[in-house]
Amino acid sequence: MLSLIAWKNIWRNKVRSLIVMTSIVLGIWAGTFIMSFSWGMTSQYVNLAIKQEISHIQIHQPDYKKDKNIKFVIPEAESLLSEIKKVKEVKAVSARTLVNGMASSATTGIGVNIEGVDPVSENTVTGMKENVIEGDYFETIKHNPLIIGQKLANKLKVKVRNKVVLTFQDESGNITAGAFRVAGIYKTRNSTFDELNVFTQKEDLNRLLGVHDGDAHEIAVLLNNNNDLPVVMKKLTAKFPKLKVESWEEIAPDLKFVIGSFEQTMYLFITIILLALAFGIVNIMLMAVLERVRELGMLMAIGMSKPRIFFMIMLETFYLSLISGPLGLALAYGTIHYFGIHGIDLSAFSQGLSSYGMDSTVRTSLPAGLYAEILLMVFVASILAAIYPSIKAIKLRPVEAIRKI
Amino acid sequence: MAVIESIHLTKIYDEGPVKVRAVNDVSLKIEEGEFAAIVGPSGSGKTTLLNIIGGLDHPTSGKVLINGNDISELSENQLIDFRLHNIGFIFQAYNLIPVLTARENVSFVMLLQKRPKAEREKRTEELLKEVGLLDRINNRPSELSGGQQQRVAVARALASRPKFVLADEPTANLDSKSTANLLDIMARLNHEENMTFIFSTHDSRVIERARRVITLEDGHIVSDVQQTPHT
Repeated sequence: MLSLIAWKNIWRNKVRSLIVMTSIVLGIWAGTFIMSFSWGMTSQYVNLAIKQEISHIQIHQPDYKKDKNIKFVIPEAESLLSEIKKVKEVKAVSARTLVNGMASSATTGIGVNIEGVDPVSENTVTGMKENVIEGDYFETIKHNPLIIGQKLANKLKVKVRNKVVLTFQDESGNITAGAFRVAGIYKTRNSTFDELNVFTQKEDLNRLLGVHDGDAHEIAVLLNNNNDLPVVMKKLTAKFPKLKVESWEEIAPDLKFVIGSFEQTMYLFITIILLALAFGIVNIMLMAVLERVRELGMLMAIGMSKPRIFFMIMLETFYLSLISGPLGLALAYGTIHYFGIHGIDLSAFSQGLSSYGMDSTVRTSLPAGLYAEILLMVFVASILAAIYPSIKAIKLRPVEAIRKI
Repeated sequence: MAVIESIHLTKIYDEGPVKVRAVNDVSLKIEEGEFAAIVGPSGSGKTTLLNIIGGLDHPTSGKVLINGNDISELSENQLIDFRLHNIGFIFQAYNLIPVLTARENVSFVMLLQKRPKAEREKRTEELLKEVGLLDRINNRPSELSGGQQQRVAVARALASRPKFVLADEPTANLDSKSTANLLDIMARLNHEENMTFIFSTHDSRVIERARRVITLEDGHIVSDVQQTPHT
């Protein structure tokens, strides 16, 4: 009966209850949607970085991490790839030879990271072929082909089939150079990456470096699912005890920091929204209590205990959030789902976003667990908000509340 | 043993420099089955006396014994429980729960007493039949007239099987026909179920029907007479 009275009480003043419920619905919808926008942007940024730059796991010769000397290679790295591929959670794997050098054209020279890759396996890890916007991906030019970013091509003022000279130190410490021909120009969503990274065939680079053909500096491992990271890390660490196996979180702590700060900002943001909602609820419930002083006094007079009155007011508030909380989340889910598919076009800011490695189309998303957390937070906030009006109700003295019996 | 006994009951309201002695050394006994009216002009202390007897207010001095138990010493929470099981209240402004039907209003007190559902339903129907509202059992207060609401309030007051019923000016908002009807019902319940009724009133129609009339003036009992009620 108490729950029935509480339920009926919230419909006593329909307009007021609908206003408070609408404000809760809109507050949750707006808060959740903005969170999904930030989450979508952050996860796209992280996923892009994992996909294009660092992969889920990298394997190096331990000394290479301390001193990026080209002599610290993984011997017979190619033969390790087949072993890594046997791990069921692994999607793709690629061995890379890495060296810093100078890319020079007829007009200028710019410092770059040179990556020697096997075109096929590298494409399965980074999907670089899809990013090629001019020329092709190691297809027509067979001798010393080079894939460079659009931004670098513009700076070097080179086009497809133009010559670029790469200069770097070989294994013996001597400066060596190789003439490469631009086979393709790529463009990723990260213009800084495009400016700094060039790709050539691993066999060409190894030859110039004086490194054995099967050796590599880095093995990049892409997983089917990021959630499998701890399991695969464990497996690979056990499999290659003499090599340094690192997850993307260790390789790029800045990315982990981005996610961590996002989570903190998100909780701060939702707390502010819930705080505003809570004050709204306090106000409405206080009004509901104050306009029922006589009735509450009567209830106490006929024998309704204070805990029951307290519980009834709490229940009324809980019902308000029970209706509006899931409704707000359902509305948010619909909006997030829509913009998750169609995306939010931020192309007006694409130049700025790409310099930070961010996509200009943000696809909203939010992990399912966060919906449950938000719902829980709404319930907790509404219960906390109901405490003051409920205390106010039980502090009434029946004799004063009803004035006379 | 008297159902209600007040012993040298005094209530002083301390309002700044002025002290108002609302009830002044009132001693009286109400026996089981009485149909008594406390009368007097406004400000004579009728309501304050009823509030104290009903455990809604504490006396400044003196005692109230209900069936020999001193309720003046009970805490506020104990008093709520005491009222639930011992006293039926009828208010001037009916004070039904507006969101509940007549059936739910009557049943509510028994629910607070944790009575079984079958008993609640049976007694609710019996009481609403007694007050002639069985056909309005599923109506909300807003769908009932003032007289009908007060009859529901009577049924609610009796639902908890109280030791006595306190009614504060129960006919103040009713027309003559509704007043006569309500008094008939209460007189019948008093007669048939030996239920004790105590009214505070200055309505002559109620006073005429009472078998005992206690008159208050300035917080004192100035007369306490038994009479033959008009029917």
